[in-house]
Amino acid sequence: MALSGGVDSSVAAAELLAEGHEVVGITMRLWGGESDTGCCSVADVDDARRVAQQLGIDHLVFNFTDDFHEHVVEPYVQAHRDGITPNPCIECNRHLKFHRLSERADLLGFDAVATGHHARIVERDGVRYVARGHDPAKDQSYVVHMLPQRELARTLFPIGHLTKADVRERATALGLRTASKPDSQDVCFISSTGGRTQFLGTRIPFRTARVVDAVDGALLGEAEALEMVTLGQRRGIGLPGGGPKRYVVDIDHEAAVVRVGDESMLSVSTMTVGQTAWAHQPVTGEVLVQCSAHGDAQAAVIELVGDSVEVRWSAPQRRVAPGQSVVFYDPTDSYVLGGGIAR
Amino acid sequence: MSTFTYLDHAATTPMRAEAVQAMLPYLSEQFANPSGSHRFARGARAAIDEARDLVADIIGCAPGEVIFTSGGTESDNTAILGTVARRGGTAICPAAEHHAVLASVEQVHGAVVPVTTTGAVDLDALTAVLKATADVSVVSVMAVNNEVGSVNVLAAVAAVVREFAPSAVLHTDAVQAPCWLDLRTLTPYVDMLSLSAHKFGGPKGVGVLVAKSGAAFTPMVIGGGQERERRSGTQNVPGIIALAGALRLTDLERADEQVRLSALRDRLVDSLIEALPGVHETVPRDQKVAGSAHVCIEGIENEALLFLLDEAGVCASAASACASGAMEPSHVLAAMGVSRDLAFGALRLTLGRATVEADVDHGIEAVVSAVRRLRKVTL
Repeated sequence: MALSGGVDSSVAAAELLAEGHEVVGITMRLWGGESDTGCCSVADVDDARRVAQQLGIDHLVFNFTDDFHEHVVEPYVQAHRDGITPNPCIECNRHLKFHRLSERADLLGFDAVATGHHARIVERDGVRYVARGHDPAKDQSYVVHMLPQRELARTLFPIGHLTKADVRERATALGLRTASKPDSQDVCFISSTGGRTQFLGTRIPFRTARVVDAVDGALLGEAEALEMVTLGQRRGIGLPGGGPKRYVVDIDHEAAVVRVGDESMLSVSTMTVGQTAWAHQPVTGEVLVQCSAHGDAQAAVIELVGDSVEVRWSAPQRRVAPGQSVVFYDPTDSYVLGGGIAR
Repeated sequence: MSTFTYLDHAATTPMRAEAVQAMLPYLSEQFANPSGSHRFARGARAAIDEARDLVADIIGCAPGEVIFTSGGTESDNTAILGTVARRGGTAICPAAEHHAVLASVEQVHGAVVPVTTTGAVDLDALTAVLKATADVSVVSVMAVNNEVGSVNVLAAVAAVVREFAPSAVLHTDAVQAPCWLDLRTLTPYVDMLSLSAHKFGGPKGVGVLVAKSGAAFTPMVIGGGQERERRSGTQNVPGIIALAGALRLTDLERADEQVRLSALRDRLVDSLIEALPGVHETVPRDQKVAGSAHVCIEGIENEALLFLLDEAGVCASAASACASGAMEPSHVLAAMGVSRDLAFGALRLTLGRATVEADVDHGIEAVVSAVRRLRKVTL
C-alpha cells in the first residue's frame, strides 16, 4: 500500500485491512530537493508512519529519488526547454508508482500494489480497464490511465468506490490523524513560494520572446521567458491590460515568437496524439476524449496513423498544449481505453 | 516471528543487565539533583564522582577532563563548534566522518579532506591541507568508522597534526571504539575525545566528551554551570552511573571478545563470499575492527535486501537513514571511491557481545537466500 501521508491512502490501507489483506505500508521518497508543498516532507512520512502504526501494519520508506529525478524532474525541465507543457504527476505514476514500486513489490513477493487514487478497475470480456472513481469531482482515472493489463492485474484502488466525503468520514470514524488533512494540489517538487518560474529559472536559460498579433504580425510586446509560455495562456505574456481578451494561439519555439489572437483561433477540429499506451490493444472509432485532469470528456472519432492517433472532434475544441496527456474513454464515459500525449 | 538475529550492534547494542541494575536506584529512591546541598544530593554527587573516576581511568585521562554529555553527537558538536567559537580558525575533518562531525565542520565552513579506499584519512592529503591552512584550530579524525569499521591510526594522524598545525586541537570521535580498542592507547594522542554509552551496553542519551587542559572551548549548553561550567544542565545521574558500569565491563571483556567475535565475523564474511559471487569485502580485515562485517553485493538494492532480511528475522543495516527513514546513498562509500551502483548493494552486519554462533549461521543463511532471490528476479 503506497502511503503518502494523506487521507486517501490512509483510508485505502484501512479498507484493504478490512477486506482481509495482509498489508505493508510504503512511503516513497521521491524528491530530494527543497519543497514547501508538503510532498516527500518528513512531516508527511511521519503521518504515513503514524497511520500505519495506528492500523497495526508495517511501514517502510523506499528511496526512489534517483528514479524520480531521471524519469520525472529531468524530462519536466527538458520539456519546458523544448517548448512543451508536460504533466509530471502522470509521469510519476507511470514510472514510479506503477513501475518502480510495483517492480520492487514483485521482487519482495507482494501480490499487489495498492494506491489511494480515486479510480476503479473493471473487467469487460476478460479485459481489465481503469474506470472512473465513484466521486466525479475527485475522479483520478485520467492520471492513472496508462496502466497496461500486466499492471492492472496487480493494482488495487481500495477507495475508488468511495466519495471524498466518504473517505473523510471513514478516516474520522477510525480516528486517523490524517482525517482532515487538506488535499495536495501542486507539483510536489516545485515550491509554492518560488513557483515554476524559480524552479525552471535556476535550471534552464530563459529566452525572451517577441509577442506578435497572429493575424497581422504586429509586435505587441515581449515575454520574459518563452519557456514559461503555454498555448491558450492569457496572462503573464507581457501584454498591457484592457482591450479584447487575447490568448496564446501559437508558439514558434525556434524563432522565439509567441502569437496571440482571440479565443476562436484556438479552436481546432483535429489533434494528433503520440506516445500512446493502451489498456489492452489499440482502439479506433467513437470515443470520449479528456485532455486535462478535471476537464469534461468530449466526443471524437479516433484512428491510428502510424504509431500515433488522429483525433477528429465531433464539435471543434480548444487546442491542447503539446505535452499534455490525452485520455480516451469508452463511449459511456466510464472506463479508460488508452491515452497518449498531445503533439 | 519466534527468533530474531540482531546483527546491527554498531547502530546500538543491548544494554548490559548490570548497567540496567546500576541505574535503577537513581530512577527511584536516589532521585536527588547532584547540585543540591542536602544529603540526598551529596549521595548523587558522590555516585557521579565515582563514575567519573572510573571512566577517566578506562579512558586514560584525568577525572577533571571527563565531561558528561547527552551523547556522541553533542560531544562531537561541542568539540568542533565549541573550539571554533573559542579560538576561531579552521576546522578540518576527513570525508568519512560521522555526520555529527561532518555537519559541524561544514557549518563553520571548515575543510574536508579525502580518505583512502579503506575509509581512513589520507595522511598526505591531510598534510597538504594543514600546510595550506594558516589557522587550523581543530582537526577531528574518528577512531573507528561507524559504517565500514576501518580504523584510523591516531598516532600517525597526531604526528602530522603536531608537526604542521602545532597549535590545533586534535579531536577524535571514538564512539565506535570502546568495544574494540583500548581507549588508553588512543587518548595520549588527542586533546578531545567523544564517547556514546549506548554503543557499549549503556543507555541512550548519555555520553562523554574528554577535553584535556589545553583544549579550551566555548560551552554549547550554558546555564547552571554543571560539569565545571563546560556543560550545563542537571546531570543524567542514572545514565552516567550506567555508562560507567557498562564501560568498566566492556574494558574488562574486550580482549576475549575481540578474539571470539573476530572468528565469528571471519566466518560470516567468508561464508558469504563463498556462497555468492559478486560479494566484495569493503575494508581488509587487518585494517578494521573485529565486529564489523561490511560488504557490497553486486546486482541487488539494499532497500530490498533489508526488507527480506527483516522478514527472515535478521536485523541488519546499510548506510545511514535520513530524517524520513529512507536509505541514503552512503557518503562514506562515496568518499572511499566505491561506485554508486555497488554502494546500492552495501550491507553492514555488525557483531557484538550478544552475538553467538547461531546468529552468524542464521545471518549467512538469510543473506544468501535473500540475495539469490533478488538476483533471480532481477535477471
